[in-house]
Amino acid sequence: MKNFVEEVTATPGGENIRACIQCGICTGSCPVANEMEYPPREIIAMIRAGMRDEVLSSNSMWYCLSCYMCTVRCPRGVKPTEMAHALECLANQQGFRVKGTRTPAMYRSFVSSIKGNGRVHEFGMMFRYYLATNPLAALKMLPVGLKLFLRKRMPLIPKRVKGKEDLSKLIKKLGEIRGSQ
Amino acid sequence: MKYYSYFPGCSSEATAKGLGLSVQAIAKPLDMELIELEDWTCCGSTPYGSLDEREAILVAARNLALAEKTGLDLVTPCSSCFVTLYGANLRLKQHAQLMGEVNEALAVINLEYHGEVRVRQLMEVLFGDITPEVIASKVNQPLNGLKVAPYYGCQMVRPDYGFDDPESPQSLDRIVESLGAEAVPYPLKNRCCGGSLIIPEEGLALGLIRKLLENAVENGAQCLTTPCPLCQMNLDAYQSKVNSKFKTNYNLPVLFTSQLIGIALGIDPISLGLNTNIVSPSQVLDYISKVKQEANSGT
Amino acid sequence: MEPRIGVYICHCGSNIAGIVDVEEVARFAQELDSVVVARDYKFMCSEPGQELIKNDIRDLGINRVVVASCSPTMHEPTFRRACHEAGVNPYLFEMANIREHCSWVTEDKQEATEKAKALVSAAVRRVYYQQPLETREVPVNANTLVVGGGIAGIQAALKVADSEHKVYLVEKEPSIGGHMAQLDKTFPTLDCSACILTPKMTLVGSHPYIELMTYSQVEEVSGYIGNFKVRIRKKARYVDEDRCTGCGLCQTKCPWKVDSEFDAGIGKRKAIYTPFPQAVPNIPVIDKEHCAYFLKGTCRLCEKVCEAEAIDFEQEDKIVEVEVGSIILATGFNVFDPTPIYQYGYKRLDNVITSLEFERMVNSAGPTDGEIVLKDGSHPRSVAIIHCVGSRDEKYHEYCSRVCCMYSMKLAHLIKEHTEAEVYEFYIDIRSFGKGFEEFYNRVLNEGTIFIRGRPAEITNIAEKPEEEGKLIIQFEDTLIGRQRRLPVDMVILSCALEPQPDAETVARLFNISRSADGFFLERHPKLDPVATMTDGIFVAGCCQSPKDIPDTVAQASAAAAEALAMISKGKVEIEAATAVIDERICSGCQTCKLICPFGAISFDEEKEVCRVNEALCKGCGACVGGCPSDAISLNHFTNEQIVAQMEGMLV
Repeated sequence: MKNFVEEVTATPGGENIRACIQCGICTGSCPVANEMEYPPREIIAMIRAGMRDEVLSSNSMWYCLSCYMCTVRCPRGVKPTEMAHALECLANQQGFRVKGTRTPAMYRSFVSSIKGNGRVHEFGMMFRYYLATNPLAALKMLPVGLKLFLRKRMPLIPKRVKGKEDLSKLIKKLGEIRGSQ
Repeated sequence: MKYYSYFPGCSSEATAKGLGLSVQAIAKPLDMELIELEDWTCCGSTPYGSLDEREAILVAARNLALAEKTGLDLVTPCSSCFVTLYGANLRLKQHAQLMGEVNEALAVINLEYHGEVRVRQLMEVLFGDITPEVIASKVNQPLNGLKVAPYYGCQMVRPDYGFDDPESPQSLDRIVESLGAEAVPYPLKNRCCGGSLIIPEEGLALGLIRKLLENAVENGAQCLTTPCPLCQMNLDAYQSKVNSKFKTNYNLPVLFTSQLIGIALGIDPISLGLNTNIVSPSQVLDYISKVKQEANSGT
Repeated sequence: MEPRIGVYICHCGSNIAGIVDVEEVARFAQELDSVVVARDYKFMCSEPGQELIKNDIRDLGINRVVVASCSPTMHEPTFRRACHEAGVNPYLFEMANIREHCSWVTEDKQEATEKAKALVSAAVRRVYYQQPLETREVPVNANTLVVGGGIAGIQAALKVADSEHKVYLVEKEPSIGGHMAQLDKTFPTLDCSACILTPKMTLVGSHPYIELMTYSQVEEVSGYIGNFKVRIRKKARYVDEDRCTGCGLCQTKCPWKVDSEFDAGIGKRKAIYTPFPQAVPNIPVIDKEHCAYFLKGTCRLCEKVCEAEAIDFEQEDKIVEVEVGSIILATGFNVFDPTPIYQYGYKRLDNVITSLEFERMVNSAGPTDGEIVLKDGSHPRSVAIIHCVGSRDEKYHEYCSRVCCMYSMKLAHLIKEHTEAEVYEFYIDIRSFGKGFEEFYNRVLNEGTIFIRGRPAEITNIAEKPEEEGKLIIQFEDTLIGRQRRLPVDMVILSCALEPQPDAETVARLFNISRSADGFFLERHPKLDPVATMTDGIFVAGCCQSPKDIPDTVAQASAAAAEALAMISKGKVEIEAATAVIDERICSGCQTCKLICPFGAISFDEEKEVCRVNEALCKGCGACVGGCPSDAISLNHFTNEQIVAQMEGMLV
């Protein structure tokens, strides 16, 4: 891997970033552009500048809502949404700590729930998330959570499926395949 | 009778209970047989694909392999499950090496995948296979001009699947009209509700939800309809939070499109899970029956 | 005479020699039957390269030549000429393409060298069987046809006609002038477009050597370079051209209003109309689809008021057949329709207009008398101009339309000149490449237009703040600041792409020319032959070949005229000798070949009951050769013997 651009284009989702002409239509279309540390177009410029640490530790891609408006409007077929996912994976797998957003923690709780049950147990996921981030914030969620619970939309006990064992085996096998590469 | 392999998605047993119930309820009347995929597991959705893309594809592929054995199209009502499974399917079909790696892992659980499955979303099936004309013909409780704002959300129409226009989609409008309701003009119909960021970035998402509710009210909507579990939860369960944060007083019922169809087909509210909606849909039901009464009494 | 073959392997610098072992191939060639000498050289097409061939012909008695180098479309004429100059018939020459077919398509040196050997061997075997052929010369008809009466067609027609040779200028609209007549001022000099165009239009209208046919279209083209036959349909104007005085009373009195094409749909014309007051010819036409007489049989007011009694409802289309030696296509461009770009709100939101619509608005002779107005009649206090609409976008046109940056800046200047409005230019790159262009950019900057780098994401009327109420809001990233912004404005101008005419495919087929991937007409060579096409005798000029501004259009039109005049001046052209020949002893007169021939080059002799090939029309495509059930037809320079030998040589 000679440079950061190559690293990103080699990651699934980041293939098309070379075509970017920096027109800014992605940032212009993004519902959360001004919340990100660096908007999508700037992230691509930073990738080109080789600013690996700044990009992977930024909170930018974690704000992506996957609304795909940027992807549909980009005149060069860059697919910024998929690039955001690629950057999230790189950041996560290489242990970058992100300041200024709790989204990674929520995603991790989500995935733990899948691994533990085979399907997402929303209550369990929320429980784990608040425990890891800010238990007091759970209190603010209480009104909504309670309403959902009362309307039978928040089962407390997870449904465990047989497929959970399958998932464990699959993930283990993938680990072996990766290890051998 | 049209047969499909059915992928409910994790939320249809929990926060999207109303979706899960109503989809099952409307299937038979619309001549659809939705056969739940046996022992399905979570598709992975956005979070898995944002942490480990190779594991995420594998997790999705397990469901694709199971679906392939049925020989039927795999249909899901959840927009996020659709994007994830459709995207994983496309990537596997385009990259032989990835398909090879996935099959190497699937072998451990005695499965394999050859790329034969067609992943579809329920709304596209209703529009394309069942068609609004046929739906209209099965309506026995027309919605009597109920003003509905059809809310597509993002992932139903983007990225461009070639199904509906990403900027100005029309399919949901046609389905709403086929039920005898009026689909009000709704410029923000395909804009984001904030999605899963409602949890870690609540303030941000509430702002987006507020815009959607405001735009619906401005255009005269009596209620909203949407196919997506996350959109429905955000617009419905968080409506009170929007009101307290922005000092508004929205009181718009948000019905799953399958629920709306179910009402028009004359199915009872409990079977449609209408008692799970947070903002009470009773105003909608009252309106429909009031108009029906007025029509019957000849006024 | 016993064939004595000379083989020459070109290095083409490193283009061939970098991949193919040229010395090895030369050594291989030396061993082939009938090869007297085999050489390799750096640049065979150069003067010393050609000298090698000529010297060997003179000193070693070489009488057949093989050059292994680039594609024949590049240099076959070059080497044929060299042979001819040294006394060898040019058809005793064969080229092996070891560049485009070999060194340029692989990186495997061994593979390339082996293929080069096979290609050379094939060429050597074929040239052995080649026959000397004589090219024919045909006279060139001194008339020229120019298709399209915009500035390109006008310029080309004038240049040719000024040499006192006849030009037929065919234009499908009722008047010449094209898009240039619609413009207000032109960049970068801010000349008034009509002021510089109308004198040329008048010259065309009164030129003794130009026969102007407006409201006319070419229907059929046959023939070949120097000898084209063209059938033109002159559509019925329903006005007698010889009687009409151009007084304009009929237009004034006609009660039926129609959206004016010339005004880009923002103004009206009448059912009987000239597109604009300075029309050449100044003779109106009746639009059958909107005229009450043709639709319902009523009205006839124009007929009543016409003092010259020039209205003729019975008039019919006229077919005219002309013979010309060369054809210049100058059919111009179409403006991109931005309706599919839903998020820009064209036709959905008021006050979002295209650049062409704005040109008509700001033109003092236009439908608003030069007033820049919103839909409600008020003046805008802020105007945004958006670049690259439909251009540089894989969803519409991938190419850059070349003129939009400049015309957008010109529009900004005009708005500043006419109003007090704030003007914003939304760009991605500023392309001000031409003479005086950068200086113009500087001028526009200093006049106070605000340039924002960012391609707008959407134009909406949904306000989020009080100051956005009632306005058009542009949402975009200001990329030089790195923030998403919203800007409320009163009017938005979309700088739309220039695209090929909607009938470009039909026209290309009619004239038998190719189009490039972007849909514009294809030039023979992008650098060295930009006005010729692959069809001899047919040239292109102006935007029909690719988007360009007026200076470049005029230059290209003059170039096309020069090409036509060169042909006329020489008076004759050589016709390729590789044509089909029918052996009348074998021919049974089944006429299958006549049916197959796409060029109408075969005729049937009723008396002898055999078919015959017109060598001048024959393009040597070989279709008849393959189709003849009796194997009575052979193709000069491509006989069965030659081709089989070539194939055998390939399989060495």
